[in-house]
Amino acid sequence: MTTVSRGSSVEHDTQAAVAGGGSSGGGATTATAVHPTGAERPLWLDVLGVAAIASVLVALYGAIIWAPTEAVMGHVQRIFYFHMPSAWVALGPAFTIVFICSIVYLVKKDLRYDRIAGASAELGVLFTTITLLTGPLWAKPIWGAYWTWDPRLTTTLVLWFIYVAYLMLRSSITEGHRRARLSAVFGIVGWIDVPIVFMSIRWWRTIHPTLVTGEGMNLDSSMQAVLVFALGAISLLYVYLLVVRVRQLDMGSRIDRLRQQSHLR
Amino acid sequence: MGFLSQAWVIARKDIIGELRTRETVLSMLLFGFLVILIFNFGIEPGLREENLVKPGVLWAAFTFAGILGLNRSFIAEKENDCLQGLLLCPVDRSVIYLGKFFGNFIFTLSMGLVVFLFFSVLYNVNLVQVALPLGAILVLTTIGFTAVGTLFSAVSVGLKTRDVILSILLIPVMVPVVLAAAKSSGRVLDGDSLAGAGLWLALLVVYDVIFLTVAIMLFDYAVEE
Amino acid sequence: MAIRVKGLWKYFDHFPAIRGLDVELELGRFLTVFGPNGAGKTTLIRVLSTQIQPSQGEVEVGGCVLPGQAYRLRRHVGVISHNTYLYPNLTARENLTFFGRMYRVPDLGDRIKTLLEEVGLSGRRDDLVRTYSRGMQQRLSIARALLHDPDIMFLDEPYTGLDQHASRMLRDVLKTLHTGERTLVMTTHNIEQGLEMCDEVAIQVRGRLVFRENVGAIDRAGFEQTYFDHVGKDFRWDS
Repeated sequence: MTTVSRGSSVEHDTQAAVAGGGSSGGGATTATAVHPTGAERPLWLDVLGVAAIASVLVALYGAIIWAPTEAVMGHVQRIFYFHMPSAWVALGPAFTIVFICSIVYLVKKDLRYDRIAGASAELGVLFTTITLLTGPLWAKPIWGAYWTWDPRLTTTLVLWFIYVAYLMLRSSITEGHRRARLSAVFGIVGWIDVPIVFMSIRWWRTIHPTLVTGEGMNLDSSMQAVLVFALGAISLLYVYLLVVRVRQLDMGSRIDRLRQQSHLR
Repeated sequence: MGFLSQAWVIARKDIIGELRTRETVLSMLLFGFLVILIFNFGIEPGLREENLVKPGVLWAAFTFAGILGLNRSFIAEKENDCLQGLLLCPVDRSVIYLGKFFGNFIFTLSMGLVVFLFFSVLYNVNLVQVALPLGAILVLTTIGFTAVGTLFSAVSVGLKTRDVILSILLIPVMVPVVLAAAKSSGRVLDGDSLAGAGLWLALLVVYDVIFLTVAIMLFDYAVEE
Repeated sequence: MAIRVKGLWKYFDHFPAIRGLDVELELGRFLTVFGPNGAGKTTLIRVLSTQIQPSQGEVEVGGCVLPGQAYRLRRHVGVISHNTYLYPNLTARENLTFFGRMYRVPDLGDRIKTLLEEVGLSGRRDDLVRTYSRGMQQRLSIARALLHDPDIMFLDEPYTGLDQHASRMLRDVLKTLHTGERTLVMTTHNIEQGLEMCDEVAIQVRGRLVFRENVGAIDRAGFEQTYFDHVGKDFRWDS
C-alpha cells in the first residue's frame, strides 16, 4: 500500500512541475506553446471513461446473455456484436481522422494534429486487429474456413497493412515536424487508396465464382438493438481512448520542450 | 510547356548518369530475373503452362524489382547534398517531382520490357501475339507504380530504415495496381482482346490520374524542411 | 537594403537554433559572420537562401519577403556550401549544363566555358566529378553557384576541407566576386580567412548576433580578443 501511495504522490509532483514550467516557458513557438491540456485530469474525461467502460459492459451483457441465439449459426453469431462495431470504428472514424488531421497538420504546421493522427492510427490498427481476429473465429464454424478472400476481409487486411506501415514509418523517425510531415504524406495517400482497394478487390472476386457469401443474415429487432448499442459503446470507447492517448502524447511533448529549455538556460 | 521541358532536364540528368553507371537498371533486371527463377522452383512443372499462374509470377517480379530501383532514385540526390542544390533552383517543386517521375518511369519501363522478354522465353509465351496489349498494360501499370513510388522514395530516403521502409509503404498501396495488372494481363494471355480487360484498364487509368495528381500536390511536403 | 531580418527565430522541433536574431545589410556589401560550431550560422544561411523556412520573425532578402516569395528570390541567389551540390556521376560540363538549364541561363555554352576558365577547370571539363579532388570540386561548385550571375551570394564555411593551395584559389575567386554590386554573406570560424576581404563582420553566438562592426574600425588582434570574449562567455554558460 505504501508503494502505491508514494507512486501517486511522485506522479503528482511531476505534474505540478510540468504545469508550473509550462506557463513560464518562452512563448516563441506559437504552434505548440499553449494547449488546454492541464496537468489535472478534467472531470469530463473521467465521466467519459466510466461511460465508455460501462456501456461496453452493458453491450457484453446484451450480446452474450440478453440477445436471443441466432437460429442457424448458434452462439458463435454473438461475436458479430463486437466484430462489426470494431470494423466500423477502424474503417470509419479512426482512419478518416488520420486523413483529416494529416491535411490539417500540413496546412497549419501544428504538431497537435500530428499527435491526434498518430493516436487515431494506433487505435485504428487496434480495432482492425480485433476485426481480423474475431472474423475468423466466427467464420470457421460457419464457413468451414478461418479465412476466405472475400472482398471485405481482403480489404480489411490490406488496410491493416497500410496503417501498420504508417505506424512503422512513424516509429522510424524521431518525433517532431519531420515525422509529422512525412507521415502526413503517407496518411493522405493511404486513405485515398482505401476505396480503390475496395473496388478492385470487389471486381476481382465477382469475376471469379464466389465460394461463400456472408450476406443474408436476418437480425430480429432485439438483435438489432444490441448491435446498435454495441456500435455506440465501441465508438465511445474509441473516443475515450483517443482523448487519453492524445493527452499522453501532448504531455510527452511538453516534457521534451521543458527539457530542451532547461538545457538552454 | 516550359514546365515539362524543365522536368525533362531533370530526367535527362538522371538518364545520363544511369547510362554511365548502369547501376539501377542492371540491378533491377537481375533481381527481376531472380524472382522469376525462384518462382519457377516453387511452382509445379505442369502448372507453369497455366495462364492462371503466369501473371502472378510476372507482376511479382516487376513489383520487387521496381521497388529496388525506386529505392535508389533519391539516394543519388543525397550524395553531396544535391537535393538541396536542386531545391534551390527557381522551379516549382512539382517540376522536380515530375522530373524524378519521368526518370523512374523510363528506368522501370525498361526493366519491365526486358523482364517480359525473359519471362516469355521461360514460360513459353508467344510474345508477338500479345505484345501490344501487354505493352499498354505495362505502361499504365508503370505510371501508377512510379507515381506513388517516386513520392514514397522521397519520403523514405532520409530515414535510417530506408531500405526496408519503402517496400512496406509501397506494396499495400500498390494492391489495386498489381491486381489490375495481373487480371488484365491474364485476360490477354488467355487470348482475349484488350477490350475484354476494359474494366481493369479503366481502374489503372483512374489510379494513375488520381495518384499523379495527389503526388504532385504532396511532393513539396516530402522534401521541404 | 539587400537583407533585412528582424526578430528571427528558427526552431528545429523544440530546439531554437536561431533565437531572436536581427541583421541588416546594404546592397553590395560583404558580411562575414563568425561563430563557434553550433552557433546557428548554417541555419541562418539556410533561412536566408530559402532552403528552410523561418519559424518566426520578418525576413526580407533582395526585396522578397520569406518564406512567401522564396520562389521569386531563388533566381537571384547563389549558394556555396561545404556540400558541393554536384552530381558525382556527371562531368563538370554536364553538371553545369544541368544547373544552367534549370536556371534558364542564356548562351549557356559560352557562359560555362568562361566560368570553367575562371575556376581553372577547362582542362578537365569532361572528366567525371567523382574523380575530382576536394579542392577542384569546391571550385566547380563556385562555378555552379555563379552560373546565373546571382545578385546575392551565400558562402557557408566554403574553406572546409580545402588544402592551402585550394584555399588560396578560392580566396582569389571570392575577391573577383566582390565587385560592389553583389551582396555577399559568408560564415566561418576561421578569423584569418574571414577578415581578409569582407566589409563588415559579425559574431554569432547561440543563435544571436552579439557583435557587429565595419572591418575598417577593428584591428585583427582586438577582434580576436572580442571574439574569444564572446565565445568564451558561451562556454562558461555551457559548463
